[in-house]
Amino acid sequence: MSASTGHPQESASPQAHDDLEHVRQMVQSCIQCGTCSGSCPNAFAMDLTPRQLWRLVLLDRREAVFQSRTFMLCSACYFCTLRCPRGLPLTEAMHVLKQTASREKLERYRPVTAFYRHFMGSIRRHGRVNELEFMTYYFAEMMKPMLPLRYSGLGLRLVAKGKLSLRWPLRRTQPLEALFRKVAELEDAK
Amino acid sequence: MKYHYYPGCSLEGTAREYDQSARALLAALGVQLSVIDGWTCCGASAAEATSALLALALPARNLALAERQAEAMDVLVPCSACYLNLKTAAEKTRTDALLAAQINAVLGAEQLHLQGRLRVRHLLDVLTTDLGAAAVRAKVVRPLTGLRIAPYYGCQCLRPYADFDDPERPTSMDPLIRAAGAEVFPWQMGGRCCGASHMSTQHDVGIALVAGILEAARGAAAIVTVCPMCQMNLEAFQGAAGRAAGNDLHINILYLPQLIGLAVGLDASVLGLRLNLAFDNALIRSIPVAA
Repeated sequence: MSASTGHPQESASPQAHDDLEHVRQMVQSCIQCGTCSGSCPNAFAMDLTPRQLWRLVLLDRREAVFQSRTFMLCSACYFCTLRCPRGLPLTEAMHVLKQTASREKLERYRPVTAFYRHFMGSIRRHGRVNELEFMTYYFAEMMKPMLPLRYSGLGLRLVAKGKLSLRWPLRRTQPLEALFRKVAELEDAK
Repeated sequence: MKYHYYPGCSLEGTAREYDQSARALLAALGVQLSVIDGWTCCGASAAEATSALLALALPARNLALAERQAEAMDVLVPCSACYLNLKTAAEKTRTDALLAAQINAVLGAEQLHLQGRLRVRHLLDVLTTDLGAAAVRAKVVRPLTGLRIAPYYGCQCLRPYADFDDPERPTSMDPLIRAAGAEVFPWQMGGRCCGASHMSTQHDVGIALVAGILEAARGAAAIVTVCPMCQMNLEAFQGAAGRAAGNDLHINILYLPQLIGLAVGLDASVLGLRLNLAFDNALIRSIPVAA
């Protein structure tokens, strides 16, 4: 495992350090039984199994944790959380790792975090998600000309069914602006 | 019977037929709905991947809005992802006073306050627990005789909160499907994951998961779902999933209230069946005309 040489490649912010410590506390009593790995529908696509990931968290191997795509492959099915014999909140621990990757803008996770970021931007502007707008921003950031094609067939079908509006949202009602601001304020104060 | 109703963003757009059919079926069963005034996005699967506080504050806002309305009723949610987000916010603030204070500090920015008085209920929970198969059976005018239906639950209406069904081997849809006159297609995939937003963010992984589910449903007349994300994943990528599996995986995908709606005599247009991406009208024609 090349990721475990122990030399941090990205300097971690204090907040990111707190995050990993938070996750470590969440999985502290892990007994490495592997029930999570055996229950995970996405394990086949992961570079580390969930069990291996938790071990690396416990060993504070930050660089190995944040080189793995395992936590980004969590689809929040909650099978591991349901079955963990220690009752650990494993799905939630995966979320905290995603939050760190998102906040620290770690480049290797950008194809996924950009998707979430543009989704959040859209609901911040409009209160409810505007699919056309957020996918347009997402595609623009990804700069992969072929990427929209993967969805264009579906997009056209949805438009034909009247399920996807082609109208660009001009009015920004921003009913969630106060909430977003307050959350940012509280998080910065931490 | 009356509930607060939280439709969620999908039910205004890509899952309009779920909204239409759920409302029509519930009305036929004598249920009244009161839409939460000013509701906003629950955060979907994006907020939890971005900020823990935001992931709770966004659904909590909707619960606080519901509490502000005159009547105290359960909050009925058809989308499993919205359901879990609202439910998680309700449960966590109920059991963690410190967290509840923090959430209320956020909501206070717009003079909202969450007391935690309301229960969050999934549509399937209401159909199965509050109404029950007998209430459905009493309304059936056109039994779906001979149709073998595969019930697909997905994840988030079952786990982590096993509120109304077995989270490993769910069965709550079986009596409802039988009450509609159809048969339950025996399979093990009802509670398996469809990949959720992987279809957008990590496409090949999403396709592999969907292919496994569609493959297992071969031989069924249709799969029924209770979540817009599951529905979209199962209906919109059947071609790609079939190519990955080396098999023809085309199959009808309907929302549960659409299926039951047909049996209780609701019109296909009322149920929004023309909006489905994988639905062949031959299924309706194959239903025997009522004797």
